[in-house]
Amino acid sequence: MKLLNKTTLILLICIGFCALSAFAENTTLMMATTTSTENTGLLDYLAAHFKNDTGIELKWVAVGTGKALEYGKNCDVDILLVHAPATEIEYVKKGYGIDRREIMYNDFIIIGPESDPAKIKSLTVLEAISAIKNKTANFVSRGDASGTHKMEQSLWKDAGVSAPDKESWYIQTGQGMLPTINIAAERNGYTLTDRGTYIKYENNMSGNPPLKILVEGDSKLFNQYSVIIVNPKNCPKVKLDLSKKFSDWIADKNTQKLIQDYKFQGKSLFTPNAK
Amino acid sequence: MDYIVKGFFEAFTLLFNQDAETFSAIYSTFKVSAYSMIASLTIGAPLGFLLGFYDFIGKKQIRIIVDTLLSLPTVFIGLIVYAMLSQRGPFGNLNLLFTLEGIAIGQTILALPIIIALTATSVESMEKDLIITLLSIGANKKQILFTTLWEVRFGLIAASLTAYGRVMTEVGISMMVGGNIKWHTRTITTAIALETNKGAFSMGAALGIVLLLIAFFVNISVSFLRRK
Repeated sequence: MKLLNKTTLILLICIGFCALSAFAENTTLMMATTTSTENTGLLDYLAAHFKNDTGIELKWVAVGTGKALEYGKNCDVDILLVHAPATEIEYVKKGYGIDRREIMYNDFIIIGPESDPAKIKSLTVLEAISAIKNKTANFVSRGDASGTHKMEQSLWKDAGVSAPDKESWYIQTGQGMLPTINIAAERNGYTLTDRGTYIKYENNMSGNPPLKILVEGDSKLFNQYSVIIVNPKNCPKVKLDLSKKFSDWIADKNTQKLIQDYKFQGKSLFTPNAK
Repeated sequence: MDYIVKGFFEAFTLLFNQDAETFSAIYSTFKVSAYSMIASLTIGAPLGFLLGFYDFIGKKQIRIIVDTLLSLPTVFIGLIVYAMLSQRGPFGNLNLLFTLEGIAIGQTILALPIIIALTATSVESMEKDLIITLLSIGANKKQILFTTLWEVRFGLIAASLTAYGRVMTEVGISMMVGGNIKWHTRTITTAIALETNKGAFSMGAALGIVLLLIAFFVNISVSFLRRK
């Protein structure tokens, strides 16, 4: 009898835990996103507001866009926040995602040493890319299938120069944006970065970074972020209702205002543009 | 050098102010390493004992396999466990991906060969003389077994410490299986990786120092146990 009681108790505890975890499951949303949204602190800020407004807890893994999309394909997350429009559209077309929604942007810039060995300052981005190749000035690439890396590859393509790979001046780090900027600084090279990460870097270097903005404001350098819901047809267990809520929430004009107001060192990091 | 000095002071500020984020990472690290140590000891210690105590066909070959597994790279374990626990993998419906329990599974795989190999070695190294002594004073089989078990406890402590050191400091499994989720699966090592990625070197150094301090206290308490 005693033994039975113990077993029942253990069973009850187990059931309790299961119920508890099932309950927790229903109010957490799993997101895969890019390193820039985590490194800039934007997600910490948005997740707190999201929890306040809806009671849903947002959890996220921050990886490059390539890996984030892969997580979605494998049904390991419910929703994606990424920035590689051409790849995303292809992704949705293939049936891995639904409801792609553009929500905000920032822009890419080319930074490099003040001495500017390839003389790219104030050129258009395509001219700058060609100049770097012609002068074989050091160029540091993410090389990690991230949104920034994909953008860089499309720039080489648009500039009509074959994308470098084994050339000694082309350095592929396979790392996140900030380590890549640091390597570029060490090697006196150029690199493509998003403005948010650069502002963060500027701050790390106490406002006097060795690498300066040399090319900016080109329409080609527009960096669109979108939310994509993982397709429930592909992944039946995905939390569609929570994902939809998040997608609507982040496109709402109050949230868009929050994104607008998110500043670092007095500078806006992202500009909302949900339709 | 500046980073390290700065990191040292930052480490103490974080600890004394009981910084919530740091303590969440410390807590996760403790929790996950406790899970994996319990699992690897309950599975590994008996297996190691069997491997060291008994002679059987294929013992040498098993030994070679176990010793090879000692050099399993953590990112490889991470990759395999990710593939297993992913919704697309065979164990996806257990929902263990991006959880501390998931990390613990990977870390158990990491710790298991260490426990088995070191336990087996310490059993082997004491067995022969001890058994002769025990036989000469007229001990029966059961007594021989239990005495050997008792005598092997220091070897087991050494094995656990080695495994614990490896589990506490690994980053590949925690990153790939845990996903480095803030407040949930962020451990000290994945937090160091993240802070370094963010260019916050002194914060990374601070967390590294925290990890060292923990290792230091674990070793102090173990050496206290030993003296008794």
